[in-house]
Amino acid sequence: MTDNDHAVLPLTPKIWVKRLTLTNVRNYASLTLEAPAAPVVLFGSNGAGKTNLLEAVSMLAPGQGIRRAALADLARHAGGGDWAVAASVMRDGEPIDIGTGIRGDQVTGQRATSRIVRIDGEGQSGTGALADVVEIAWLTPALDSLLTGPAAERRRFLDRLILCFDPSHRTRANRFERAMRQRNRLLDDGVRDDAQFRGLEEQLAESGVAMAAARLDAVAALNVVAERRRSRAPDSPFPWAEAALEGTLEAQLLSEVAAVDVEDQYALDLARTRERDRAAGRTLTGPHRSDFLLKHGPKSMPGRLCSTGEQKALLVGLVLAHAELSAARKQGAAPILLLDEIAAHLDEYRRGALFDELLLLGTQAWMTGTDRSAFAGLEGRAGFFRVDDGFVTPF
Amino acid sequence: MSDKIAGPEIERLISLLGRMPGLGRRSARKAALALLKRRDDLLMPLADAMRDAAEKLTECVQCGNIDTISPCTLCADPRRDQTMIVVVEEVGDLWALERAGAVRGLYHVLGGHLSPLDGIGPDRLNIAKLVKRAHQPEVTEILLALNVTVEGQSTAHYLTDALEASGVMLSRLAQGVPVGGELDYLDEGTLLAAFKSRSKV
Ligand SMILES: Nc1ncnc2c1ncn2[C@@H]1O[C@H](COP(=O)(O)OP(=O)(O)O)[C@@H](O)[C@H]1O
Ligand SMILES: [Mg+2]
Ligand SMILES: [Zn+2]
Repeated sequence: MTDNDHAVLPLTPKIWVKRLTLTNVRNYASLTLEAPAAPVVLFGSNGAGKTNLLEAVSMLAPGQGIRRAALADLARHAGGGDWAVAASVMRDGEPIDIGTGIRGDQVTGQRATSRIVRIDGEGQSGTGALADVVEIAWLTPALDSLLTGPAAERRRFLDRLILCFDPSHRTRANRFERAMRQRNRLLDDGVRDDAQFRGLEEQLAESGVAMAAARLDAVAALNVVAERRRSRAPDSPFPWAEAALEGTLEAQLLSEVAAVDVEDQYALDLARTRERDRAAGRTLTGPHRSDFLLKHGPKSMPGRLCSTGEQKALLVGLVLAHAELSAARKQGAAPILLLDEIAAHLDEYRRGALFDELLLLGTQAWMTGTDRSAFAGLEGRAGFFRVDDGFVTPF
Repeated sequence: MSDKIAGPEIERLISLLGRMPGLGRRSARKAALALLKRRDDLLMPLADAMRDAAEKLTECVQCGNIDTISPCTLCADPRRDQTMIVVVEEVGDLWALERAGAVRGLYHVLGGHLSPLDGIGPDRLNIAKLVKRAHQPEVTEILLALNVTVEGQSTAHYLTDALEASGVMLSRLAQGVPVGGELDYLDEGTLLAAFKSRSKV
């Protein structure tokens, strides 16, 4: 169904941002934008504020957003240090109000260390609760080097995708991270008291194995969807990707060892390797060392060896497969997609194919580009906005 | 523009009030104003109450609770169940459990949790006294009512080890306490349910 000549029957997004209000965010002093239940195209010259707008939308999800910026960096330079993003998000026809931002203390000059989050007016502790409300995935130019860069980036990318259908993944990852830092400190402090280690190592085993299992589940499910996409559109310009995980716990889980046994084994390993880890200055075994590998299916080529263009196409294919998977697991509600500079690497044929896929999925995909003409295939089927230096005009 | 709006005595009051948890600079000004306007029936009694509390404030020799007498009001109450000790991290947790009316037994306040990252090891917590109390013949159950955080749980693990030799039954809060949950923030119903469904370690 990615053939341009076919008319597609678009699905109406089930999750979409209806109204977005920015106050002192990046180059926006004050902005209100009414978006349609359809893809959104933002066009305008370089530096106009397109990515800033996507970043603001990404704040409706847990974490640090598409740029992984420090909270204070989002505050408009000429503002007072506070920033706020408010949104009315429609989910299955019901509006949900989300408010988020920081309140810097102008008197003490104290920097905000955590983001304020309100859902339907109720204050939340941490951004985690946002994962229950709205699913967002993204692809930005910064991710162009994902397949060639460090494994940590790929893990983070996969973990974010998992969050769309498994919000508790974040809690597990946070627990693991915290317990590992505590253990590393014990090692660093020269502590050898077994009783102080064991509580932490048991928690590492419990959360670590749960993390590995969730990642394996996601990877297997993504491969199933990739296979489906492949048989549906064998000539798709977004080649199917073969995903895999590399890691000790993953390997054990894959070899059919029961999860509880993998847990016990991992806890034992941690206890046994304290001196090795002490010498290394960190914990050397665990899901924080795994790698998420992507292979170009048709060419059977590791992603990192593919051309830049092929890598981009591979990632687009993965994000589309993920959106399809997430929708299937969320009663047909596809995540909101943020596709920054998406037109840049794709020729007209590939753009057309992408637009058709997005419409079929029923996702409110937010796309940016310098030229409106690059999105001609979406005329009449998407909301168009021109972005000029902190102002946005519907077109 | 200067931030000062009053003489040094009032500024000091505002600045101290602003250091209270939950009170920002703005609410501190509001509170100060209310106090100043009601000098006789609010400001003076509050000042007296604070001085009184500050002078008599002490840590209970038995359980580590903060009170104006030692042993504390709870330890001294003969109607409380002497066979059970509920271990909490902070006095705030003790207050939360008391508010919920969940506990008939006695308490033991650790004064925090194990956290190597903050330089807090077992010797920094009120653990030795707990081990001693566990060996008293009348004590039969110790409930570890610690936060469901990484630190709370590793502390619980450590205590389980340390108390094993005493032979008392060890239990912990079970259902209803969400992962990452700090007792202090739970509503009373949840606390009560968690207490009733406590499980053996
Ligand atoms: N905190 C900030 N305050 C004011 N302006 C900012 C802030 N952060 C970035 N900008 C400005 O935003 C512009 C970049 O916007 P961006 O959304 O990345 O542009 P593009 O439309 O090319 O995606 C730059 O001109 C930059 O100076
Ligand atoms: Mg940009
Ligand atoms: Zn006492």
